[in-house]
Amino acid sequence: MRRIVVVGASLAGWNAATTLRREGFDGTLTMIGGEPERPYDRPPLSKAYLATGDEAKVALHGVATSDELAIEWRLGSDATGLDVAGRTVRLADGGEVPFDGLIIATGAQARTLDSVPAGPGVHLLRTLADARALRADLDRRPGPVAVIGAGFIGAEVAATCRQAGREVAIVEAAPVPLTRSVGAEVGEVCAALHRDHGVDVRLGTAVARHDAEAGVLELTDGSTLSASVVVVGVGVTPCTGWLEGSGLTLGDGVLCDATGLAAPGIVAAGDVARWPNRLYDGEVMRVEHWDNAIDMGSFVARRLLAGEAWDPAAVFEPVPWFWSDQYDRKLQMAGRAAGADCTVVVGGTFEERRVVVLYGRAGRLIGAFGMNRPRQIVQSRGLIARRCSWDEALTVAADWT
Amino acid sequence: MAWRVVVDMDLCESNAVCMAILPEVFEVRDDDLLYVLDETPSDSMRDKVEQAVARCPKQAISIAER
Ligand SMILES: Cc1cc2nc3c(=O)[nH]c(=O)nc-3n(C[C@H](O)[C@H](O)[C@H](O)COP(=O)(O)OP(=O)(O)OC[C@H]3O[C@@H](n4cnc5c(N)ncnc54)[C@H](O)[C@@H]3O)c2cc1C
Ligand code: SF4
Repeated sequence: MRRIVVVGASLAGWNAATTLRREGFDGTLTMIGGEPERPYDRPPLSKAYLATGDEAKVALHGVATSDELAIEWRLGSDATGLDVAGRTVRLADGGEVPFDGLIIATGAQARTLDSVPAGPGVHLLRTLADARALRADLDRRPGPVAVIGAGFIGAEVAATCRQAGREVAIVEAAPVPLTRSVGAEVGEVCAALHRDHGVDVRLGTAVARHDAEAGVLELTDGSTLSASVVVVGVGVTPCTGWLEGSGLTLGDGVLCDATGLAAPGIVAAGDVARWPNRLYDGEVMRVEHWDNAIDMGSFVARRLLAGEAWDPAAVFEPVPWFWSDQYDRKLQMAGRAAGADCTVVVGGTFEERRVVVLYGRAGRLIGAFGMNRPRQIVQSRGLIARRCSWDEALTVAADWT
Repeated sequence: MAWRVVVDMDLCESNAVCMAILPEVFEVRDDDLLYVLDETPSDSMRDKVEQAVARCPKQAISIAER
């Protein structure tokens, strides 16, 4: 393999590229990225960067010295097509880049809402450009901020704005936020955390219309909200448009096998990839977390280099893990809450906002949520990885007072 | 060459990412603070420490060569 092309110059692609070099790949390595920047870190966009405007906060480890890696950068140009048989990637500027091995790492893009069309004061938050625009607008437009969608990114934006002294409202269509990620019980507490801090949390209602001129949101429950800045945080869709018609299996991401292979010599990683996770009995998942982009990026780089020599028993079977910082609370989730048949509160209480919640299914520990309990979540992650039984998990957790 | 693990406590937010990688060196205790258990781990742990350096979401960990 002499030419490897990585499409998507962000976390997964960057970790794939550094792994290729670390593993001794000395051929041509091209990174194609739609954004003009070299890889940077997204989590601070809703946290430290939004709070301070300091772009040093989004620096990704190693990028500043990346010239050592002899990467051929093709930044600011989207890939528009893939010819699997001809082994080429087509670019928006008409160019074509040939490859022997391809790493798909195009991540995901923020969803939009028809009821809140793009316009003055309306923002999405996915890229550094989005974050710069949002910050500038927050400075320019005093007054209340409305966040549409109580997912983790929306919740962080709400927390950051609230801590900056803004009046903040959250509008969430579901009666309880985050049920798919953390279950209803924890979702309630996540909503309560915002109320603790004086955020106007409106659940079970959606935006009917946005009057941008007047700065008013009309909600489907008949109420209204005034907002000078509106942030839409209603989830993401994987960036697979450029792969339409390539023959790869698409559908909420690029479908891979248990080792991250989408086709011979073609792998995918990060927010764009779907694969059967053996740890969860082969459940096909797509994980939108920072940690997964790093792990899977590195994993598939090694997978690609090994080619036919790869041991098929070596599958990618991580415990998904993420964190979210809101106010002075650290929320962390290891594993899965979806599909749990039992949930138990251990180590703390919801009232103190310091708690661990364990999720079990069919006698096994499948997930753990923590609010300000990082150590216990690390421990839980280890338990989940070794397919620990529910009973044993409860015994271990008995010490988590 | 001798080397040492350094954590910038002003940057660290105790999320225990490093502890997941190398519990022998990094420990977040119940007071929610990070403790470096061993500032001069053996060379065999160097890879893992480098992983922790790369992974720390706050870029709080560094390796000082002496
Ligand atoms: C504001 C914010 C806060 C977050 N906070 C957390 C957090 O606290 N914890 C956590 O675990 N996760 C968090 N995440 C999620 C985490 O950042 C993502 O999981 C991670 O960035 C995924 O990396 P990726 O490389 O797979 O995809 P992405 O980071 O989405 O990168 C994909 C790249 O591919 C490019 N691209 C797309 N299509 C094309 C194309 N056709 N041609 C060329 N390039 C293309 C895009 O421009 C982009 O640069 C957050 C995300 C955001 C936006
Ligand atoms: S990973 Fe970084 S921020 Fe997290 S506990 Fe370790 S040093 Fe602190």
